[in-house]
Amino acid sequence: MKEKRKHRLKEHSKRYLTVALFLLPYLAFFTVFFIYPLFFGIYISFFRYNVFEPSKSVFVGFDNYKTAITGLTVGGTNITLYRNMFWGALKNTLLFVGVSVPLLVIIPIFIAILIDIQPRFYKVFRVIFFLPTILSISAVGIIFKWQFDTQYGFINGILGLFGGKQIAWLNSQPYAWIAIVATTIWWTIGTNTVIIGAGLKEVDRQMYEAAEIDGASYPRIVWSVALPAIRNQIFIIVFTTIIASFNIYGQPDILTGGGPTASGTVLAGTPGTTTVVMMVIRGLLQGVNRLPGLAAAMALIFGFFILMVSLIQAGYNKYREKR
Amino acid sequence: MALKTHIKRRKNIAFVILLILSIIWVLPLLWALGTSFKSNIDMTTNIITIIPRDFTFDNYKALFSNNASYPIFKWLRNSAIVSITHTLLYLLFATMAAYAFGVMRWKGRNLVFGLLLATMTIPSVINLTPLFTMVIQFGWLDSEAAWKSLFALILPGLGGVFGLFILRQFFANIPYDLIESAQIEGLGHFGVYRKIVLPLGKSAIMVAGLFAFMGSWNDYLWPTLTAAVHFDQNWYTLQTGLATMQSSSNYDPGLVIAAAIVSILPVLVVYMFVQDKIIEGVSHTGIK
Repeated sequence: MKEKRKHRLKEHSKRYLTVALFLLPYLAFFTVFFIYPLFFGIYISFFRYNVFEPSKSVFVGFDNYKTAITGLTVGGTNITLYRNMFWGALKNTLLFVGVSVPLLVIIPIFIAILIDIQPRFYKVFRVIFFLPTILSISAVGIIFKWQFDTQYGFINGILGLFGGKQIAWLNSQPYAWIAIVATTIWWTIGTNTVIIGAGLKEVDRQMYEAAEIDGASYPRIVWSVALPAIRNQIFIIVFTTIIASFNIYGQPDILTGGGPTASGTVLAGTPGTTTVVMMVIRGLLQGVNRLPGLAAAMALIFGFFILMVSLIQAGYNKYREKR
Repeated sequence: MALKTHIKRRKNIAFVILLILSIIWVLPLLWALGTSFKSNIDMTTNIITIIPRDFTFDNYKALFSNNASYPIFKWLRNSAIVSITHTLLYLLFATMAAYAFGVMRWKGRNLVFGLLLATMTIPSVINLTPLFTMVIQFGWLDSEAAWKSLFALILPGLGGVFGLFILRQFFANIPYDLIESAQIEGLGHFGVYRKIVLPLGKSAIMVAGLFAFMGSWNDYLWPTLTAAVHFDQNWYTLQTGLATMQSSSNYDPGLVIAAAIVSILPVLVVYMFVQDKIIEGVSHTGIK
């Protein structure tokens, strides 16, 4: 009896040892480059942190958070520079999310519905719409920057044919935002189109036929049969697109550099097209005066917004599973 | 009868709309390709033509011959080293972990895997500053030995959850009988992993590998952020190199567009061969 238990215990510990061996390499990297930075980031946000000589860092409590949210009062004057940067960039990011997300959801649904009708060459069309998503933003940015060029760009060239005005796309508002949103649409809709397309494929064709025999028009069928059937896919792309749009960085970074303003940053007082991620990187990590403490604090405040969206999504998933 | 003509008309309408949209989608690439073969004068006078009037290789010649200002071959080399090494290491570690989560039976495996998945909701921007600080303090962004920056580009992404998720789902669906009978025949876990699970999981491994490779090859934010510490352009990746060409003071649009085309070509060739795999992989991300 005792022998048997001993044997079982040995079996057990041997199995867990094997599990540990298989998990070890992956979990080591996951811990060092994901879990540890989470805590390290919170730590940094409470310091005036010196990256190159960490021992010279100064503990400042919540000062970085105050600097970001309300501005910091030092010797009677309130330093509002970084507060303005943060709120300006946050406003820009929210503007981008508000404008881009509906388009990045509706256009793919529209295209996926057309592809689902399976006209001639529909597979070729799908390949074409997906193609831009595999390109890097640096290549896409370069092509679109020249395409939107005021003097020599393709877009103004075409507009000129119809007698249109030359628009300074990347140097004036609201055109800079229009250019950024258009580039984003071109670059990213393939993913959502494919996800919606996969959902439409699963819809029972007999439901279509039944509605058709009842005399419903095709748009009507799509609206009242297909769209309700793929609402899970729609929810998935809505949430993933919101999160992706919050993280926007490359498009304004390459197309406008954060402009249009002379100096091209929120610092100049006009918010331009600088987004939060861009400001954290360009303004606080890459510049001459690195402010990692403030960058970490701003990222945490901003990340909290995104986390809320993720949690709402997770909550919805739970609710859906229960039903 | 009426239904049939209905369907035909509907297909025609869909075809025409999709044709117009896909022309809009392809035009920027065609125009960029054409522009890369235009002379500087052609570029500024025949703006909207796609086929160059005086076809020239000047932009490409300049691009490949001026290695001091823009060492594009080194950028290609660096990008290849980073993406290939990252992908191979990731596949090795992630398939092992996926085996432990998807095939091995142990108490708590679903809990641990669930926790891993839950971390995907944590926005990556939070980790940006601490990771940046870490790689500086590890000494990986040294302007005297900038080759070390490759570590900063290869290693941090190895903890990614997305590929692991794809692999685990696939491994978990391998019939357990198959694994048990292999064990009865005397294979240990390492043998089962190598001789049964890896060969059977080929298609999932390929999809996970493609995502890892494309993510690494196309990454812009992180390589550009880290490059701004060591500033040695011989150790830039292709994407960082393109961005610096584009923002340099003697910006030459023809040259930069030619560089963008060069950077697109390898990805395009890969896409031609495996587009169905990629599209299928993406389409599964929406079905939960």
